[in-house]
Amino acid sequence: MKQTDRMEGDPLVSVRNLRVSFRLDRHNVFDAVRGISFDIPRNETLALVGESGSGKSVTALAILGLLPPENSIVHPGGEIVYGGRNVAGLPQRELRKLRGADISMIFQEPMTSLNPVFTVGYQLEEVLRLHRGLKGAAARKRSIELLEEVGIPDPSFKIDAFPSQMSGGQQQRVMIAMAIACEPKLLIADEPTTALDVTIQKQILELIAQLQRRHQMSVLFITHDLAVVGEIADRVVVMRNGEIREQGPAKAIFEAPQDAYTKALLQCRPRLDRRPTRLPVIDDYMAAGHHGPAHMEERARGVAAADPVILDVRNLSKSFWSREGLFGKREFKAVSNVSFRLHKGRTLGLVGESGSGKTTVGLTVMRLHEATGGEVLFEGKDILKMSEAEFMSYKRRIQIIFQNPYASLNPRFTVGQILTEPMLIHGIGATTQERAELAFEMLAKVGLPEVSFYKYPHEFSGGQRQRIAIARCLTLKPDILICDESVSALDVSVQAQVLNLLADLQDEFKLSYIFISHDLAVVKYISDEVMVMSDGELVEMAGSDEIYRAPKQPYTQRLLSAIPRGWQPAARSA
Amino acid sequence: MSTNAAALPRAHGPKGPREIPQHVSPGLWTLAWRRLRADRVGMVSLYIVAAFLVLIALSASGLIARDWAREVGVNYAPPTFVGPDENATGPGAASATAAEGPTEATTFKSSVVDPIGDVIAELRGEKPADAGPASGGVVDPLADVMKDIQASKGTAAAAPEEARALTLPFGGDKWGRDVLKKTIKGSETSIFVGIAAALLATAIGTLLGALAGYAGGWVDDALNWFYNVFSSIPYLLLILAVAAVLQQKGMSTIILILGLTGWTGIFRLIRAEYMKHKGREYVQAASAIGASNARRMFMHIFPNVSHVVLVQLSILVVGFIKAEVILSFLGFGVPVDVVSWGSMLNEAQNELILGKWWQLAAATAAMALLVTAFSLLTDALRDALDPKLKGLAGH
Repeated sequence: MKQTDRMEGDPLVSVRNLRVSFRLDRHNVFDAVRGISFDIPRNETLALVGESGSGKSVTALAILGLLPPENSIVHPGGEIVYGGRNVAGLPQRELRKLRGADISMIFQEPMTSLNPVFTVGYQLEEVLRLHRGLKGAAARKRSIELLEEVGIPDPSFKIDAFPSQMSGGQQQRVMIAMAIACEPKLLIADEPTTALDVTIQKQILELIAQLQRRHQMSVLFITHDLAVVGEIADRVVVMRNGEIREQGPAKAIFEAPQDAYTKALLQCRPRLDRRPTRLPVIDDYMAAGHHGPAHMEERARGVAAADPVILDVRNLSKSFWSREGLFGKREFKAVSNVSFRLHKGRTLGLVGESGSGKTTVGLTVMRLHEATGGEVLFEGKDILKMSEAEFMSYKRRIQIIFQNPYASLNPRFTVGQILTEPMLIHGIGATTQERAELAFEMLAKVGLPEVSFYKYPHEFSGGQRQRIAIARCLTLKPDILICDESVSALDVSVQAQVLNLLADLQDEFKLSYIFISHDLAVVKYISDEVMVMSDGELVEMAGSDEIYRAPKQPYTQRLLSAIPRGWQPAARSA
Repeated sequence: MSTNAAALPRAHGPKGPREIPQHVSPGLWTLAWRRLRADRVGMVSLYIVAAFLVLIALSASGLIARDWAREVGVNYAPPTFVGPDENATGPGAASATAAEGPTEATTFKSSVVDPIGDVIAELRGEKPADAGPASGGVVDPLADVMKDIQASKGTAAAAPEEARALTLPFGGDKWGRDVLKKTIKGSETSIFVGIAAALLATAIGTLLGALAGYAGGWVDDALNWFYNVFSSIPYLLLILAVAAVLQQKGMSTIILILGLTGWTGIFRLIRAEYMKHKGREYVQAASAIGASNARRMFMHIFPNVSHVVLVQLSILVVGFIKAEVILSFLGFGVPVDVVSWGSMLNEAQNELILGKWWQLAAATAAMALLVTAFSLLTDALRDALDPKLKGLAGH
């Protein structure tokens, strides 16, 4: 471990009074970064933490000089000092020398950052050729070394692979190999693990920490997730709305946060060791007159034997066939022989890594996918065998909230249309007027103002849109709500609000949830029972406290050990 | 959007028991319109296209250019705004076309004997009839022209003739009809054919594309086979074949031909759009709330691909205007008694040898202006409707 409190020499990069604005149209300008100052110390990891719209990525792009010149304005007066000179106003040619050689960057989506038509070896060698002048065999040798360094198995073989032939984690490793190819002094990592599964995330974080130490680099690590920061950062800068709320050593930020926003960020993410009745939200800390969150007492979770079963799924299977050759078909078993029971008024958490079949289970149960085999008994009746007409009345009772609130609302409908359409289809409410009244009621229930009825989805933020999606389900008065990664795309503070809303609605309407997520902390918070899936099969199912305390299967143990633990003073001092 | 607005309370306040806030949000069309308004080139193009549309609406309703067939000027009246006295092209044109005796004589005579114009007007009714056969024996190439004139003489003679102008601001054609009015009438035909055929092709292409893309499976296969058959035959040959089969010439025929052969491009695009949107979460969500297939196809997906339809429609209009011109030029288009840009160009082909350039210039200028403006407008529309730009204006 490095000493976080050692005497600091002159920093590698000094950002002074940086202001960045974006031109929206002829008249409007949006201030993305409003005069921030911070230092990136040598040979340390600085984490830039903030929610969406905080200006953290814009700051990184400004340091690299990668802001789009046509609509961004870097205000003069701000400075980005690197190596004794201000790089803020440098011409592109000068900046290009810095990028790649002195400063390099890895992005969130490795799939889109690598060029799919070239082999990874070619792309690595290109970096070496451009910045180091290495050619031919020398470049190839160095590339293999780099791939080995970032932990790609069998690098001399994988060097000729195309990006599509690698997994997401391996692609991100290749990106990192490209970034460190020229031994940069500063590595900027913009949400490098957000798109990855939790086990892969842990490996990538370890790799970055390892490389940072070995190459004596500085790392600017940008993330929305404080738990990730706690594991690798030496210093933390917390941003909100283009301003710095707090900065300091990681220890100080985590153990004694001064700013209300930092406190809120630390508290509103669900934790594995506590389950308050309500999660704290930003407003609990920020709004005047509030003095900390209320309802922090523990909520009891778990399924009692007496709870009635509402959904009994037996041996559910779902296969997809892909065409192979002229006549051949290949079967891919997305879900095989999964059985579980959902109890009325309870939440069943469904966790697994990407590709484990958890979403397919959700879609098959409500017949959005046709099952290959098995039964789904809803109050004793098999809904999979029903005709479309028979199923119609059950369709109302099982509803789903999708992951991406930007995609699940029809952009051409007003919120009023979105909310009244389900009622129109199912004949709820006799008149248009009556349905509108019900829609207003649902808007109030999910905490949106009535004026929302007349607006379009694009006028709302992600969290508000997810509330609209929830309200749409509620208009049908369902019994079962399937939440498919419903809070995964949301900022932590918004996530807390939506989780609180879901808990409130469950208390009020006795809803049963199937809560699908890759985020184990969230699942732990909201679930009574947890089901772990891997490769389409059920690995383990138990009460949520039980499974986190004493996981039986090795896969579950591995999954749970990969959860970022946040700040752990004991581990640090070791 | 507007399709299911009826199912909902008016944005201007349902009369409920509670206080309903008044609010009208700009829809995506409104936002697109705002973006289009900010596009200068797009707006200029829009004004030009709108001016053309107003022009053809006026001409179709008979408010202007109703008398386009009247022979108001002398044959091949040269274009000038200043009048016949300082007419420089008159003698030049006369010497260049020394062969056509009677016409030249008329022109010459008229320009000299100006005061007795009304006398000449009376005489002129008989003049071509007398002179026609006489000169027909001498100058062969103009025999058919004379026949045409004779043929039209019946209608021309029915109404009492007033004095023919020696020059017209935009020139006259070989019967002395005003080229300006003829161009306006020709625009009416060409633009009407273009828009009507584009609407037909778009309707066919969108419907089949939506079906193929949404239904998939054997429906998709069958429609794709159909599409492939159509698109594998060279376009112009197909048009000529259909034109030959349908025999009777007329505007509706050519609209039908263009519409039935031109739907393939939009079919392919709309099919791809539907395939893409079918898997989107909002369509899945619609399915989860129990929306029927038809509802998902037309109420949910269609408004989201309608911008593609609009842009394609716009592209097709331009393409079909050009196609109509080519067909009429080749003689497969509108019948001879209907004037279009294509038939004007066809006439101009012979006139050009005689140095009578103004009909060609008028038809070409009108077509170039409209087609260019329409194409630029299409580009501007595409930019304004492109959902990728939505984020910039949204927040």
